[in-house]
Amino acid sequence: MIKTIEELHEMLKNGEVTSDELVKDSLKKAHNVQDKCNAFVTILDDAHGSEVTDDILSGIPYGIKDNYSTKGILSTGSSNTLKDYVPFFTATAVSNLEKHNVVPIGKTAMDEFGMGGTGTTAHTGNILNPWDTKRMAGGSSSGSAASVAAGVYPFALGSDTGDSIRKPAAFCGIVGYKPTYGMISRYGLFPFASSLDHCGCLTRSVKDAAIVVDAMKGIDKNDLTSWDSSDIHLYDSLDGKVKGKKLFYIKEIVNLENYPDASLELKEHLNNFYHTLDYLKEEGVEVDEVSIDKNLINTIFSVYECLSCAEATSNMSNLTGIIFGPRGEGKNINEMMKDHRTKGFSSLIKRRFVIGSYILQKENQERYFVNAQRVRRLIVDKMNELFKTYDGLIMPVSTGPAPYIDGSKDEITKDNTTNLEEHLQIGNFGGFPSITIPNGFVNDLPVGINITGKCYDDANVLNIAFALECKMPYKNQVAPQFKEGENA
Amino acid sequence: MRKYKAVIGLEMHCEVKSNSKVFSSARNSYNDTPNANIRPIDLAFPGTLPTLNIECIRKALLMSLILNCKVPEYMYFDRKNYYYPDLPKGYQITQMHDPVGVNGHITIDVDDYSKDVLIHDIHLEEDSASLDHYSTISLIDYNRAGVPLLELVTEPCLSSSKEAVAFLEYMRRVYQYADISEADTKKGQIRCDVNVSIMDEDSTELGTKVEIKNVNSFANVASAIDYEIKRQSELKDAGRYDEVEQETRRFDEESGTTIRMRGKVDAIDYKYYVEPNIPKFKIDSAWLEKIKKDIPVLPRERKQHYMDDLGLSEYDANIIIKEKDYADYFEKCVSLGMNPKVAANYLTVQIIAYLNKEGITLKDFYLIPEYLLEITTELDKETISSKQAKEIFNKSLEEKKEPKNYLSENKQISNEVELAEIINKILENNQEQIEEYKNGKTNLFQYFVGQVMKETKGKANPNMVRDILNSKLN
Repeated sequence: MIKTIEELHEMLKNGEVTSDELVKDSLKKAHNVQDKCNAFVTILDDAHGSEVTDDILSGIPYGIKDNYSTKGILSTGSSNTLKDYVPFFTATAVSNLEKHNVVPIGKTAMDEFGMGGTGTTAHTGNILNPWDTKRMAGGSSSGSAASVAAGVYPFALGSDTGDSIRKPAAFCGIVGYKPTYGMISRYGLFPFASSLDHCGCLTRSVKDAAIVVDAMKGIDKNDLTSWDSSDIHLYDSLDGKVKGKKLFYIKEIVNLENYPDASLELKEHLNNFYHTLDYLKEEGVEVDEVSIDKNLINTIFSVYECLSCAEATSNMSNLTGIIFGPRGEGKNINEMMKDHRTKGFSSLIKRRFVIGSYILQKENQERYFVNAQRVRRLIVDKMNELFKTYDGLIMPVSTGPAPYIDGSKDEITKDNTTNLEEHLQIGNFGGFPSITIPNGFVNDLPVGINITGKCYDDANVLNIAFALECKMPYKNQVAPQFKEGENA
Repeated sequence: MRKYKAVIGLEMHCEVKSNSKVFSSARNSYNDTPNANIRPIDLAFPGTLPTLNIECIRKALLMSLILNCKVPEYMYFDRKNYYYPDLPKGYQITQMHDPVGVNGHITIDVDDYSKDVLIHDIHLEEDSASLDHYSTISLIDYNRAGVPLLELVTEPCLSSSKEAVAFLEYMRRVYQYADISEADTKKGQIRCDVNVSIMDEDSTELGTKVEIKNVNSFANVASAIDYEIKRQSELKDAGRYDEVEQETRRFDEESGTTIRMRGKVDAIDYKYYVEPNIPKFKIDSAWLEKIKKDIPVLPRERKQHYMDDLGLSEYDANIIIKEKDYADYFEKCVSLGMNPKVAANYLTVQIIAYLNKEGITLKDFYLIPEYLLEITTELDKETISSKQAKEIFNKSLEEKKEPKNYLSENKQISNEVELAEIINKILENNQEQIEEYKNGKTNLFQYFVGQVMKETKGKANPNMVRDILNSKLN
């Protein structure tokens, strides 16, 4: 049932539908999406409805990215190193949600341990975009984005270290929100790069994202980086009043002049971005073009690569196949660990481990790791300086719609578009609240726009996104071939 | 073999006493059942995160202050990355960049001289799991994984195994005195790494440093140092000092020698970097002041006080400060008004012997200072004999009853009038013996004493009995 959470709650309350019916419908769609998009690692066929209360989330089905630890439910992180791992404890974000009587339908496939942006590195195979299955869903929260975009349920959990919620959301035409760092506990989230990792959600509307994160968030004694957000009520704060708000975009990334050889797709995407800004202006929002030192902008991807690979190398040192995961073969423990890791990880991850190890080596640490940390600080300081004037940064997501999986038919822009593809990482550097919403189509495929604000200012960021969403016709959209009644 | 100057540095790891582990909520207690004190993080299950035990931080800061170290403004931790089966996370959370204390010093006594030992740093970290190796398998016990550990690193400022052991012995006591650790070597709560190099007596240039890892008893520390000095000196004598390599060795208890583990080129790069899951926090100065107040009077100061102010011998003082329990017991006795020498005597002779015999600690000793005082007070007043005191001491321990219960039945008769009456009666009934005594059979004096004792069931004050008999008979 392609409805918002509010609508579903209403229907559940007045008996138009039961939680059991919703769950059955959701499971059926999950299997359909699995057939077409390979979005799941696990579908929980035994799932059944739960008690419907006054809680807006009660009785509603949802999906969980497979890097959330779920007690008694296979949790692989889409990696062979954990292919049979069934945890005995549940991630705080999930157990917080469980208090609201939500019903998990499945564990969604992802780029292995979140370390990719394509959805092509899961141990269960490529995850495909429901709008066009020859295209990527984006990653790493690929299965979550694909299943929400295909209308399996109103929301799924994601995680975001670089843009892993916000990019697949754009590619799948839905909403992706990662709140301020520490608003949602990371306890039970398989780590990629701890200082950049965020929990969050994928939904089809800003309001749904607010409802879901309200339920996921909260200070957690098991996560020292979590903080008390009990006075923040995201859902209740959405009033759509944005007159007088100020946003900026970064000229060095967005301006078409940066891309003299831009493909038609890219041009269309950027023009669409400017067009979207007009909606905000109509609502009384001031949008300014801001110039930032190009040298600083150019560092974003390298800084991300250095920090994320370095932290990942260390974070994943627990994957040895000794305590959990398939035991490797070998004459001694070192050989066993080596065998486990050689067989278990995809080549992309191994590449990142090599980079991470190199960066952390004593003789390289100052040059790469420490400098990356310094530049991260410079970028965050620059943003915080701008956030004194502005309510948020508004930017187009990536260079356009989702690329083809085999890359063959992509329109190639000869200019370097790295900054356009990677700028969402700014949100992870600063732990800033950041939300992507769909803002139209290029070549009949969805594209997205992102708003990022200052830490703890989630309600404001969501409210601006909400106001913008209301101006556009993309709320609660579903990939055409998965629309109601069109299921194969 | 020529005599060279030895330069020794120590790394002393000491397990900290706390309810839960340092970065895990699992219990921190010595447990015979393997893998009983564990939480998901102790096995590094995916998604687990460290917590922080503030009590461990407090104790680390306390030790830092005791060692006169500089305390950093901010507290944070680092990851030390390496693969080993006893390290489930693949990294140890420790402190490298900004330890809880740096540049400290502490004075110790070595035989007849004292020495200021320079402290490079002290840092808080987590222990690894423990491994038991068998012929075909190895077993891992994660009870120890995550147990708080304080690692103290001295400057290379010690010059002999004697100084090294004196330092370790002293530090062990300090840990106990400050209630930071049980510091029980038998439970493996203290482990040491030792750095040894030698140089010519007149030289100022340091020699090649050799590290000996994981030495588990103080006796082995001494053996390892002595062996290493001998090995290096012999090579130097033979003109082969270049064979002394900067390397890591281990001590082999069976042969009493050190064995090469790895050289400098194989040194592990631990890829230290700041632990991202424990946010940096400012050490509150008010808190630090409060911790300062918890610094106990250290054993060396106590010893000085016992000798200078309480008149104890150095021998007795040394025994008493050996354990904090002893010193506390002794000081309690003195504070109750007991004569220090009497208290020291009881403690160093009877009490310690009893503890050793029973295999218990002073904590489980029934005769608390207040009870002991009941005995010594009467002894002072001479209402009981030292023999009786001993009997009461033993009986009280045996029956776990306060000494005063035995005092009434054992109380000496020291009342002169009462004694004179008893003696008069005995003399009246022994006229014949008086005659014989007066006629020169002086050994009959003992007979009269015996009669009095018999009459009083041994409770008569023997000195007074003698005095009264003397006055009546002579």
